Amino acid sequence: MPNSPSDSGQPCRIRVQHRGPLLVEGPVEVELEDGSTVASDRFRVALCTCRRSRRYPWCDTSHRERTRS
Amino acid sequence: MPQDPREPQLPQARGPVSAAVQEYLLGAGPLPPDETVARADVYGDDLQLALYICYELHYRGFAGVSSDLEWDPGLLRTRAALEHRFLSALRTDTPGHDSVEDALAGLLVEPVDGTGVSHFLSKEGELWHVREYAAQRSLYHLKEADPHAWVLPRLWGRAKAGMAAVEFDEFGGGRADRVHALLFANLMTDLGLDTTYGHYLDAACAEMLATVNLMSLLGLHRSLRGALVGHFAAVEITSSPGSRRLAEAMRHTGAGAAAEHFYDEHVEADAVHEQVVRHEVIGGLLAEEPHLAADVAFGIDVTGHVEDRLADRLLRDWAQGRSSLRTPLPSEIHHIS
Repeated sequence: MPNSPSDSGQPCRIRVQHRGPLLVEGPVEVELEDGSTVASDRFRVALCTCRRSRRYPWCDTSHRERTRS
Repeated sequence: MPQDPREPQLPQARGPVSAAVQEYLLGAGPLPPDETVARADVYGDDLQLALYICYELHYRGFAGVSSDLEWDPGLLRTRAALEHRFLSALRTDTPGHDSVEDALAGLLVEPVDGTGVSHFLSKEGELWHVREYAAQRSLYHLKEADPHAWVLPRLWGRAKAGMAAVEFDEFGGGRADRVHALLFANLMTDLGLDTTYGHYLDAACAEMLATVNLMSLLGLHRSLRGALVGHFAAVEITSSPGSRRLAEAMRHTGAGAAAEHFYDEHVEADAVHEQVVRHEVIGGLLAEEPHLAADVAFGIDVTGHVEDRLADRLLRDWAQGRSSLRTPLPSEIHHIS
């Protein structure tokens, strides 16, 4: 799937990190387990890996450690 | 939304310093004497408004005020005196961290028992609280991301590319209907507020003026570029969870679809922005200019300091059941849309 209509064969770069979302160069389409598709045309997209996001598959920072002050 | 007039009205003076600055802008009197500037409460209404007026000349100016006064040497000298007092107070009063990592670490955890304004609004905020909050914040959100654009010529490489990418997103990614300042104006319309740029300047409290003055101060001075980057990181890192709570407040107060959308958009956008700002902008800047680390940490910490002062003011007024605005909003909501 092409990453962007203007792409000239450049691979899409994805940044992984120990804790936190996958950072993907946008725009992206994400196919979910139920077969439905969601899209984002942001310049970069943060994909949830902790599965705690309330806006899954997009990161909403729910991976952050929760603390008592 | 009605077309914003390009130049807002001059606000009402709040004391001798802001009165003199205002008269000078209208050609009706001299600038405030040094002793008057030295005597004013540094966080108070008079000094903060005088500084705000000086800075506004770099954004949209004021109706009836010559655009050339933006670079008037006398006015710049007064502005420098006001800035010196403000920045000195901030440096003295901000509880600081020793390193950028330590300063960031405090923001990258989520307190389960948070007590900030967004926590209050999501749990027990009523429509009048939400409307006041939007009126106060309109001073920034109607120029959202503008003060941060000033840092772009002062950055290179990764830091510049990352900062420009985030700013591009803030400015709608090339789409006028997605500019964040416009999304905020739509939120204000949902809440029956006046979307005219500068409309709530007279109503805003000194603590709100200080948060915008901080951005302008850091944005306009190249020497403070490290602090501007730290400030921007602090805003983006804290925005996503805060926006989730504010979206919840908009939903339970029935504020409207555009009001919910503004904060929903920020949950998602700022989860990305914080990553880019930490890895690319801070990482890139400190790779180029490692000597700016202490300034970056100061920018992070000082943002918390001015935001905490605003939160204390709002929550204190609301706990007493009174308005946080200098002129309370009309209670009736007229839906324009």
